[in-house]
Amino acid sequence: MRRATLSAMLSHWLRHPLQLGSLLLGLALATALWSGVQAINAEARASYARAAQMLGQDRFAQLVPRDGQRFDQSVFVALRRAGWQVSPVLEGALQTDGQQLRVLGLDPLSAPAGSAPQTVTGRGDLPGFLTPPGQGYAAPQTVRALAGQPGLPRLIASDDVLPGLLITDIGIAQGLLEASGQVSRLILAPEQPRRRAPLAAIAPGLTQRPPQARADIAALTDSFHLNLTAFGLLSFAVGLFIVHGAIGLAFEQRRPMFRTLRALGVPLRSLIGLLMAEVLILALIAGLAGVALGYGIAAALLPDVAATLRGLYGAALPGTLSLRPAWWAGGLGIAVIGAGAAAGQSLWRLAHLPPLAPAQPRAWARASARGLWRQGAAALGLGLAAFGLAVFGSGLVAGFALLGALLLAAALALPGILALGLGVAERAAKGVLAQWFWADTRQQLPGLSLALMALLLALAANIGVGTMVSSFRLTFLGWLDQRLVAELYVTARDEEEAARLRQWLAPRVEAVLPVWSIEAPVAGAPAQIYGVADHATYRDHWPLLDALPGVWDRLAAGEAVLINEQMARRAGLGPGDALTLPGANGALIVAGVYSDYGNPHGEALLGQGLFTTLYPQAPRLRHALRLPPEEAPALARALVREFGLPAGNIRDQAAIKAVSVQVFDRTFTVTAALNVLTLGVAGLAMLTSLLTLAGMRLPQLAPVWALGLTRAHLARLELLRALMLAALTMVLAVPVGLLLAWALLAVVNVAAFGWRLPMFTFPADWLRLGALALLAGGLAALWPALRLARMAPADLLKVFAHER
Amino acid sequence: MNVKALILWLLLAAPLWAQGFAGLGGGAEGFATPSPGTVLEFPADHGPHPDFRIEWWYLTANLRGADGRDYGVQWTLFRTALAPGEAEGWQSPQLWMGHAALTTPERHFVAERLARGGVGQAGAQAAPFEVWVDEWRMAGPDVSEIALTANGADFGYDLNLSADGPLIPQGAGGYSVKSAGGQASHYYSQPFYRVAGTLHLPEGSVSVSGQGWLDREWSSQPLEATQEGWDWISLHLDEGAKLMGFQLRQSDGTTYTSGTWIGADGRAEPFGDGALRMTPVERAAVAGRDLPVGWRVELPGRGLDVTLRALNPESWMDTLFPYWEGPVRVGGSHPGRGYLEMTGY
Repeated sequence: MRRATLSAMLSHWLRHPLQLGSLLLGLALATALWSGVQAINAEARASYARAAQMLGQDRFAQLVPRDGQRFDQSVFVALRRAGWQVSPVLEGALQTDGQQLRVLGLDPLSAPAGSAPQTVTGRGDLPGFLTPPGQGYAAPQTVRALAGQPGLPRLIASDDVLPGLLITDIGIAQGLLEASGQVSRLILAPEQPRRRAPLAAIAPGLTQRPPQARADIAALTDSFHLNLTAFGLLSFAVGLFIVHGAIGLAFEQRRPMFRTLRALGVPLRSLIGLLMAEVLILALIAGLAGVALGYGIAAALLPDVAATLRGLYGAALPGTLSLRPAWWAGGLGIAVIGAGAAAGQSLWRLAHLPPLAPAQPRAWARASARGLWRQGAAALGLGLAAFGLAVFGSGLVAGFALLGALLLAAALALPGILALGLGVAERAAKGVLAQWFWADTRQQLPGLSLALMALLLALAANIGVGTMVSSFRLTFLGWLDQRLVAELYVTARDEEEAARLRQWLAPRVEAVLPVWSIEAPVAGAPAQIYGVADHATYRDHWPLLDALPGVWDRLAAGEAVLINEQMARRAGLGPGDALTLPGANGALIVAGVYSDYGNPHGEALLGQGLFTTLYPQAPRLRHALRLPPEEAPALARALVREFGLPAGNIRDQAAIKAVSVQVFDRTFTVTAALNVLTLGVAGLAMLTSLLTLAGMRLPQLAPVWALGLTRAHLARLELLRALMLAALTMVLAVPVGLLLAWALLAVVNVAAFGWRLPMFTFPADWLRLGALALLAGGLAALWPALRLARMAPADLLKVFAHER
Repeated sequence: MNVKALILWLLLAAPLWAQGFAGLGGGAEGFATPSPGTVLEFPADHGPHPDFRIEWWYLTANLRGADGRDYGVQWTLFRTALAPGEAEGWQSPQLWMGHAALTTPERHFVAERLARGGVGQAGAQAAPFEVWVDEWRMAGPDVSEIALTANGADFGYDLNLSADGPLIPQGAGGYSVKSAGGQASHYYSQPFYRVAGTLHLPEGSVSVSGQGWLDREWSSQPLEATQEGWDWISLHLDEGAKLMGFQLRQSDGTTYTSGTWIGADGRAEPFGDGALRMTPVERAAVAGRDLPVGWRVELPGRGLDVTLRALNPESWMDTLFPYWEGPVRVGGSHPGRGYLEMTGY
């Protein structure tokens, strides 16, 4: 009995291979998008973990040279002999045949535990490591790339070393980098002896840098990953709508069969069990295909992600993907859960419909019409929940819940709104044909609504994520502009040179602005305090979020302080509040709050006069130079010539900006590719829905044809209908997408990183997207329309002959 | 797992200690080997012998504080060579390992330092005498007058040592045989230090005075493959005489013993295998191991029959290469105090 039931059920798929295909494709694509994004994220995070293990990335405090130059290793010995537990590191770039290699030399005997990747320290022989030619640990692909190069230590492949990096003994590194007796920096061991000479007495040229929990820029890469995760979630939601549509349709179409089977005595329980088994098998097949597809997507996009992160982080991500069991399993799991969720409604309906309920497709439409009210109510409830989350929620989970509620509410509300709109149009329509067109569109709506929901979500996701990424880019570039207003930045190596620099520069540039800072606790947390000159550079460019009137005059008068958004949020400060700085006698007024993206630490800005009074000990080495941009390169060269300043001490604004723009345009490549994919999935959903409906709609079309409308005319109307629905959906998608962007920027980002990104809108992008939506809708409708146009009249005539 | 595990590997492969590690007595290609006819030359021999694989400067002191309490101090610098000879800069094959300890009846503080030769972080020179790793120093104008300093995260000490007796060659003129098979080292001691100075403890500083003992030893292959560890003692007897003795435990359960009786006048009388008897009388669980922290020591030729009790049984050197080393009280026929070292447990 069970076998007969199963074969009866499966025969449906044999008769509707297209439906089966759309179900599998939808689920596979949803899984693919999800797992592809997960794979990219997982790969990138794994690389961060490796990067964090690298020397100097974060874990240890370090002694670094004030002038940024290498120094003699006798300083290391002097510090050791004064009780400082330090370990020398030499770093440098080595131009090998064809590629640049970063060489990291360390001393394994003095290096604190955990300061080098595990495979470097956990195996191998010390004598071989220390004794020339030594050993060099590098990533497997780097080892392959370097194979056969002369003059290198013996290469050993290690998965824990970042690509492009060679870790070797400091003595070997000194030879490779031709830096005999030179050291770049010193790692400070966490445990120090109880008696030590003061640092200034032993090594005045070095300054202590505290361990950095994460590099500043890491906050930005985190944000990037969050974006990708959100995108993966949206893509999956779109895919689920397709699956839901396909499964729902399959249930409805098989309703006569279910009725017959129930009438023949198949128990409801075993029918549902078999259907669940069917869904599970389909989900597993589609899930496997989806994970494989996701791997392909990730592998195709990863080089771009890697390039983006290399630009952001300075550390290389392997351009290749490794298969991680976690996302294989995750992808399959999400496919099964998604299919289950999509089938749940249908199963529930099957369980609750009377066994002999009428089994015409029209019944589905009527049931759906009733369901429209339920959907509308659910949409309203979810909308209210989203509103409540936006107003009262806090934290990342609430942020994501808000996103989910928002999207689901919009999707559920769509059929109702469309039905209302079509009803209005129908009543306003003049003429029989127009009235039929609107009525017929409304009749089709239930069958198309899931595909339209998918389209809505895809479009909204496109608008939302596109708006967010573009805002992100603009903001970041704006932040760079704020930080890099001056054309050149010059750091002197000592106070005496700084004074000579100022004197030499004064007649040559428009302005020499000091950029002096000191690290001190403000409002109970470590912060950087800057002294800035009263200059148009700041008055015109500094991006204030909120400020008192006359903020720059107050700052110059030394009665006020500016703080960054991070400090403002953390300490609950705003314009007009009082803030006492370390060393100050009285409180200053917070005159303004400025945005400071990507900086995890607090920051305060003082007038230069007050700064030098409060902190006379602060090093006065950094200067920003204002001059006509075209003269900057010549001045930079002159500085090198006159003062012998190392290249790292002179920063050219234009070059930094160019690199940053490049980085963000790569980010765009990734999101643009995902956008197109999601839209493609939505288009596919429409195509499959229209194809399915085409077969079911013959009884409705045949009478119209019989009344004299040509097949071509009917086909044109079909196409027009699809385009109109796509356009309507697009119009509705704009506010949903903007809400989504707002939630991402103002809720999720704040919860995750503590700063809010301002939102910029890009109407031109919407137009382009609208055109794409029409194209997708049109393409989806084209095939069914063509089929209709070329349908043999006999097929249409059969409608009148068949008993349905 | 950390960088130091590498060193552990190295030290296991290099015969610095007997740790029951098979093959310890392996070859010493290229390294000089101790020869019985060698005459010790001072001050040159206070300095390093880079052609030998291993060497140490080993100082222990039994101290009494102004607070009336007993203390013990250890300061050791080990040298081990990856290859014979010396080279400039990081290419030097010489590696250095410093151990410092301060023992009170209740606590045992340990610190360890590792360094490479060639760059100046650690080293040794004969004249003026200085042995150092980082800020730890054992330095004087010469070996008879030295200042000693070391620091850890929670302790430190500054001591001045002044010798009022001669240097004592161990074994036959400084050629100390370590096994029946003939393994040997060059070994001399300065057991006649008077010590004064300050100990730095977490609670504060304590002035101390007492007796100190310096051991100098170098070799390339000191142990038999079958020797699993040793028990070594240096005793300051109240009557003014000193006793150095050790037993090497062999895998078949037998021991190889040796030692030197040093008269109050500085006359040294070495004795060979079998003369000294060392018997555990008290055991304690220390650092998860079963260790004899009380010993009966007999030297029938001198009528000596004493019992050694650890001042602090927890004198475990939790270093890269762990062992037990701490001050002992001596009771019985010849009361006094001294140091006990036990390896290979």
